[in-house]
Amino acid sequence: MKIKKMEYFFELFLGGLTRGSIYALIALGYTMVYGIIELINFAHGEIYMIGSFTALIVASVLTLKGFNQISILILASLAAIIYSGAYGYTLEKIAYKPLRHAQRLSPLISAIGMSIFLQNYVLLAQTSDFLPFPNLIPEFEFWEPYSHIIGSPQLVIILVTIIIMVLLTILIKYTKIGKAMRATAQDKNMAMLVGVNINHVISITFIIGSVLAAVGGVLIASHIGMINFYIGFIAGIKAFTAAVLGGIGSIPGAVIGALILGWTESFATGYVSSDYEDVFAFALLVFILIFKPAGILGHSDAQKV
Amino acid sequence: MLNLSNVNTFYGNIHALKDVNIEISQGEIITLIGSNGAGKTTILMSISGIVPPRSGEIFFMGKSINSISPDKIVALGISQVPEGRRIFPYLTVIENLDMGAFLRKDKDRIKKDMEYIFDLFPIISKRRNQLGGTLSGGEQQMLAISRALMARPLILLLDEPSLGLAPLIVKQIFDIIKKINIENKTTIFLVEQNANLALKTAHRGYVIENGCITISDTADNLLRNEAVKKAYIGL
Repeated sequence: MKIKKMEYFFELFLGGLTRGSIYALIALGYTMVYGIIELINFAHGEIYMIGSFTALIVASVLTLKGFNQISILILASLAAIIYSGAYGYTLEKIAYKPLRHAQRLSPLISAIGMSIFLQNYVLLAQTSDFLPFPNLIPEFEFWEPYSHIIGSPQLVIILVTIIIMVLLTILIKYTKIGKAMRATAQDKNMAMLVGVNINHVISITFIIGSVLAAVGGVLIASHIGMINFYIGFIAGIKAFTAAVLGGIGSIPGAVIGALILGWTESFATGYVSSDYEDVFAFALLVFILIFKPAGILGHSDAQKV
Repeated sequence: MLNLSNVNTFYGNIHALKDVNIEISQGEIITLIGSNGAGKTTILMSISGIVPPRSGEIFFMGKSINSISPDKIVALGISQVPEGRRIFPYLTVIENLDMGAFLRKDKDRIKKDMEYIFDLFPIISKRRNQLGGTLSGGEQQMLAISRALMARPLILLLDEPSLGLAPLIVKQIFDIIKKINIENKTTIFLVEQNANLALKTAHRGYVIENGCITISDTADNLLRNEAVKKAYIGL
């Protein structure tokens, strides 16, 4: 009896970790963009949705051509990454850059507008129905003995997320562009005065955020098996919640916030009822914002001048 | 080397600089003195391209730099130490210096320049792994100057380096400014409210009032000028 309970707990824990990983991939885009231009990019969820759609189209074509599962996964992901990256880049150029010196509210409204526009664009260009998404992540044979604890797809999601986090950390901490991103986030004018082309840095930030969202989009669509034009909105809201929970603008914060959110939902579903997962998720958000308004790792802007 | 000719700069509708003319030759230390809000910082921001002038021309080495973006202006050899230091607070001291050398690709010489900086300011070397925001005001000013030097500028623009610092540290910083000018032949454009100190350091000086350059003379003459004494030195 006791062992059964432990196993159930463990299952929920891993389920939460999988969810959290996906939220983290999307939340990073919100938090990086906010960190650098203090804009909540409400169209970020749509970039993720476009990533899933691109992957679905490419995967369908490749399946007809008789490619094997692994190569489909890789090619579809690559297509999604390129497409979403291009959308993210263009989005910034069209909808946000012209408004950079406008009042704070203007780019926010522009973001909401782009979100609605992209949703409807996919709705019209594709369909309003749920489309089945092929399972692109293979079941590994060597993993068979452990698959009752955690399936290969979930394992892949968690591993890919970890790898991406490590790469992103290296990029931000040690590379020249990473330093430029941090410098731009801290003081834009000063970054310009040392020779940083901040337009370039902002574009790269949008592209990185979009690429992460695309990876998340392919992984989750393949895991759940269905997509439609509206998935970006829901995933976007959740990931945004995760970013705020962890402290918007903070990269480790987004990951921690995403994991906490994933576990909260998973345990709420497992021990209470799946109807209440959102209630618990948002109650947690309210609770944390009451006691720590800047989020778990966020710092309020009191710095020495 | 650096020429401002009839420069007019606006913040929205506010006419901040009115027909400003300034000439700086290679190797000089030039100071610009004036009270709060006279337009000193605006001149530097116009030169650096952050607030480009609406009319008039800014020439650097004979070429107009009016419509060039700030990062390209840095690449030409103009570095600024802005008012209030503007250290990146969450980057370490070393990372702040790295950012100063952002446009350079000669890794070996960047390393050598960093050693030179550590010689110039031993305290910076001691703090190298601390976050910039945790440094004291004087240390931040030293770091800000060091960061600008890491770009190997031909001309260094300094905006009130003495602001809010203890007299002993101010003296140390001004000695270093002179040293940089002599040893590296770096031209220096020094904006200051501390007119006495600035004029004792500089070769020539300009006085700015309400966005207009009112007096321009050698530093020695300005130190003796009755109007300057009365308004800015308080003797």
